[in-house]
Amino acid sequence: MNQTLPDKNGHFGIFGGRYAAETLMPALIELERAYQTARKDKKFQKEFEWYQHEYAGRVTPLYYAQRMTATLGGAKIYLKREDLNHTGSHKINNTLGQALLARRMGKKKVIAETGAGQHGVATATVAALFGMECKIFMGEEDIRRQAPNVFRMKILGAEVVPVKSGTATLKDAMNEAMRYWVSSVRDTFYVIGTTAGPHPYPRMVRDFQSVIGREAKKQIIKLEGRNPDVLIACVGGGSNAMGTFYPFRNEKNIAMYGVEAAGHGLWTAEHSASINGGKVGVLHGNKTYLLQDEHGQVRDAYSIAAGLDYPGVGPEHAYFHTTKKVRYVTATDKEAIAAFSFLSLKEGIIPALESAHAIAYAMKMAPKMAKNKIIVICLSGRGDKDAQTIIEKGVIS
Amino acid sequence: MGRIGDRFESLRGRKEKALIVYLTAGDPSLSVTKKLIFGMEKAGVDILEIGVPFSDPTADGPVIQAASQRALKAGTTLQGVLDLVAEARKVSEIPIVLFGYFNPIFAYGVKKFAHAAHSAGVDGVLVVDLPYEEAKELRNYTDVIGIDFISLIAPTTGKERLTKIAAEAMGFLYYISITGITGTAAPKINNIKIEVGKIRKTTNLPIAVGFGISKPQQARDIACFADGVVIGSAVVRLIDENKNNRDLIKIVSDYASVIKKELR
Ligand SMILES: Cc1ncc(COP(=O)(O)O)c(C=O)c1O
Repeated sequence: MNQTLPDKNGHFGIFGGRYAAETLMPALIELERAYQTARKDKKFQKEFEWYQHEYAGRVTPLYYAQRMTATLGGAKIYLKREDLNHTGSHKINNTLGQALLARRMGKKKVIAETGAGQHGVATATVAALFGMECKIFMGEEDIRRQAPNVFRMKILGAEVVPVKSGTATLKDAMNEAMRYWVSSVRDTFYVIGTTAGPHPYPRMVRDFQSVIGREAKKQIIKLEGRNPDVLIACVGGGSNAMGTFYPFRNEKNIAMYGVEAAGHGLWTAEHSASINGGKVGVLHGNKTYLLQDEHGQVRDAYSIAAGLDYPGVGPEHAYFHTTKKVRYVTATDKEAIAAFSFLSLKEGIIPALESAHAIAYAMKMAPKMAKNKIIVICLSGRGDKDAQTIIEKGVIS
Repeated sequence: MGRIGDRFESLRGRKEKALIVYLTAGDPSLSVTKKLIFGMEKAGVDILEIGVPFSDPTADGPVIQAASQRALKAGTTLQGVLDLVAEARKVSEIPIVLFGYFNPIFAYGVKKFAHAAHSAGVDGVLVVDLPYEEAKELRNYTDVIGIDFISLIAPTTGKERLTKIAAEAMGFLYYISITGITGTAAPKINNIKIEVGKIRKTTNLPIAVGFGISKPQQARDIACFADGVVIGSAVVRLIDENKNNRDLIKIVSDYASVIKKELR
């Protein structure tokens, strides 16, 4: 395994890079330099850890899901409880890191794109915490289906900018955030919410999220005296999955599964499975797998989970796919809804619909595995935000 | 030298400045774009930037975003644009730069694109999301075939970076007159003058200025120190407003000749 990826221009093999407008290039280079110094600065790392523990509530538990395990009747299942973080998902791990970096760089304004609203809330939260001005770009469709998060962002003092173009979801929000950044780049820090975008974002977000896997590794060794056999995480842009997998990347005999959203099914046009259903292309500053037509026009993604509704995927995941380090699989809307109900009823944990995709895949795998095998699932967020969607689907009356 | 270099040289001889006009190919249709190309040439436009529509034009303002959407809805593809250029090239010698984003080119295949563009009669390419660091991926094929890779310089581009870009630039340098996306703000002439002066020290290539220019007066002011002005959103808006008008070509041509007058 190559330890030095990405290379100096942000490439992971053929993926990644910095396919950005010239206006942004100097800012991206400045950001990369600032991050490189911060990363090696013990004071920065200490401060980051302090906020993670004292503010976000880390360490998150690695919870043995006893009833889930018993019901499925196979492998032993542990949940890495990122839903218990302040703001309700793993997104705060990254926004704390980026906000501290923004502060170090003297930037007082932050912007972000959001799909499920979890990254928007996590950004609005740290903006309030550090006294920064905050604008969140969000597709109109997502504003509708994730209304509780819109209110939270507003309560936290952020301006929520509705985006109407395209399918009015995450991709379009990111387009608009990038356009706004081109115009405001001199004083504004763009907090990208996943392991995508131009270099150095994929690497930086990976580093900030790796706390998930580092903790899980220590915890499972303490609990079980050994590494897990299987890691499972859902993949939108790929930040919770990369954070979970990365610290385990050099371990032998661990099967890692990234679960993409198959929406209405991979055979339909309505899914968000960029690796399983896309081709290599360039969008939002990096080269990766993309849902696109034969002419290189990006297709609209679809998933019931707003946070997975994105036609691309982080470039390092694209790389891990080609090197077969990680297996990328899928779960449909239907499977995710069933998993959502299952975890709620069996464990008293309402998962985010995004995370429910990972649960759904574990539900398929666990029964086929021996009882002495161990699965760790990243439970990336909590599902309060999805109550409306679930009720609309008629799952409960 | 190619058509772009030749054009700037003959303009220099006549003490004229270049008028560069941007058209989104396929808005409202490729056949109208073809008529517009001929109309622009007659109106005195010196170089055409033909926009290849892309689904996610992150460097473009609302006007060109909407034009790209319309062009895509009308079924415009990169192949269609190349065929259009080949058609126009049968009768026209106007220098043509393809302007767009990398993904459609990447999907077409960079090598295949370079050959197809060359044989269609394309003179230059300007790919907004292919900065200096990533440019090789296309330039490995276009440089050797004689297609000028046009580089952008932004107000945020520092001195060190400018020197690097200029050293490898071809055709002309395109100075982005605003810190922003296309067609969204009025350029500040004095600032642009200073920046163009800095670029001048790094290159012998012509320097064109674009993004946000729409008025004859702006064109005249910029022509005092730059070698060309680019008009984009203003023309695209005019086309959209008059797309059902029988006199569309005349209206756009008249606008172009008014601007060109300021550059003579
Ligand atoms: C709870 C939750 N999980 C997962 C995701 C997907 O993002 P990523 O793949 O970057 O972890 C999101 C995105 O909004 C989310 O809110």
